[in-house]
Amino acid sequence: MTRFSPRMKLADVIATNHTLILLLPRLNIPLGFGDKSVQEVCQANQVPVDFLLLLCNLYTFDDYRPSVEELRAVDMSPLVPYLMASHDYYLRERLPHIEMHLHHIADRVSPRYGNILKQFYADFRNEIADHFHREETFDFPNLQRVTEGIKSKGSVGKNIERSHVALVDKLNDLTQIVYKYLPGNVLPEESIEVVFDILQLSADIQKHALIEEKILIPWFSWMERSAR
Amino acid sequence: MVFLDGKECPMKALRSVLVVEPSEIIAEGLRVILTENRSFNVLAPLYNADNLEERLPAICPDILIINPTLMASSTRQRLNTIMRMRPSMIVVALVYQYVEPALSDCFRFQLDIRAGRSAIVSLLQSAMAIDEEEETKPIGNYELSDRETDVLVLVAKGLSSKEIAETLHISIHTVNSHRKNITHKTGIKSVAGLAVYAMIHNLME
Repeated sequence: MTRFSPRMKLADVIATNHTLILLLPRLNIPLGFGDKSVQEVCQANQVPVDFLLLLCNLYTFDDYRPSVEELRAVDMSPLVPYLMASHDYYLRERLPHIEMHLHHIADRVSPRYGNILKQFYADFRNEIADHFHREETFDFPNLQRVTEGIKSKGSVGKNIERSHVALVDKLNDLTQIVYKYLPGNVLPEESIEVVFDILQLSADIQKHALIEEKILIPWFSWMERSAR
Repeated sequence: MVFLDGKECPMKALRSVLVVEPSEIIAEGLRVILTENRSFNVLAPLYNADNLEERLPAICPDILIINPTLMASSTRQRLNTIMRMRPSMIVVALVYQYVEPALSDCFRFQLDIRAGRSAIVSLLQSAMAIDEEEETKPIGNYELSDRETDVLVLVAKGLSSKEIAETLHISIHTVNSHRKNITHKTGIKSVAGLAVYAMIHNLME
């Protein structure tokens, strides 16, 4: 089975799956890496290569599910900073960008539809912000304590999986509302653009959820068991 | 409120305007002002509203500018009759002075005779823009059955499947299969999304 390996050129990895380019800023890897291999780029930027490959493989190969043994061998120190950087990207860049376009569209349809569209999005934004906030204030610090050998205060990830499904469902509902149920002749180009933006965000959040569910939670459980 | 600006307004044929106004001076003044703007075709005015209902079908205006005092008795009833005859027509009240709210409320748009040229034109243009906006209702063939619609409304109101089963006197199993069909037909999964769908289709109070 093909997986990405340390000796592949980073440019080839990204050519295989262009969405991986989103990972680079979250790990502080600048563009302009020329023909360097994954290993060389990681070394130059102090990112553990096995960690980057783990993310790239999980993002790209749908059947890839790392075993606990594989996870144990990986340096997970950038995991929480990576997840926080992703949250930041969603909250500070993608969600306001989508909101701007949706409001633009909502202001052109009759206020009756416009207002419910805005309300739906505002509720969604609050929900996702709450979700991230809970992870950042409860789950991540807990994880940090365990990695430092301190006993955790409760279990991580109990509610994480369920709320991920709810968030992704709402994003997909939003696309349906925009292209199926709003008046079609109002700003069609912008509507199509915002649908693409939402689908891209939805796909990225699904991968983000996968990282939490298939890396963060199993690894945390293992750490917790070995701490006892 | 958002009005379409001239640039984005789709090119339309001339809008025909019928003025119903007892004063010849005012009717003629309106004709001159509206004719200057090339988007209106001003028809010969009527100086009273007698038998307006009978005369309208032959005249077929897009916009009716009428002095409400000419229809002082049973205004709402007469307007309803007129609107049933020509649902797409825009009716504008031409007001000189204070008009009883009971009378002015019958009209969605009001034109004050003291308004300047450009204000008169822009009032009619925004009335047309609002009207156009309301024509752009969501289409999408609505294919939920009556029972599915009942279930959808209760889901949108936030009831659980159990509560819906009790309200509609059906089994929870039936409710769940309706819910599955609703999601399958609409493509919407979340309760919040279904509430938006129900509101867009005017199913909620």
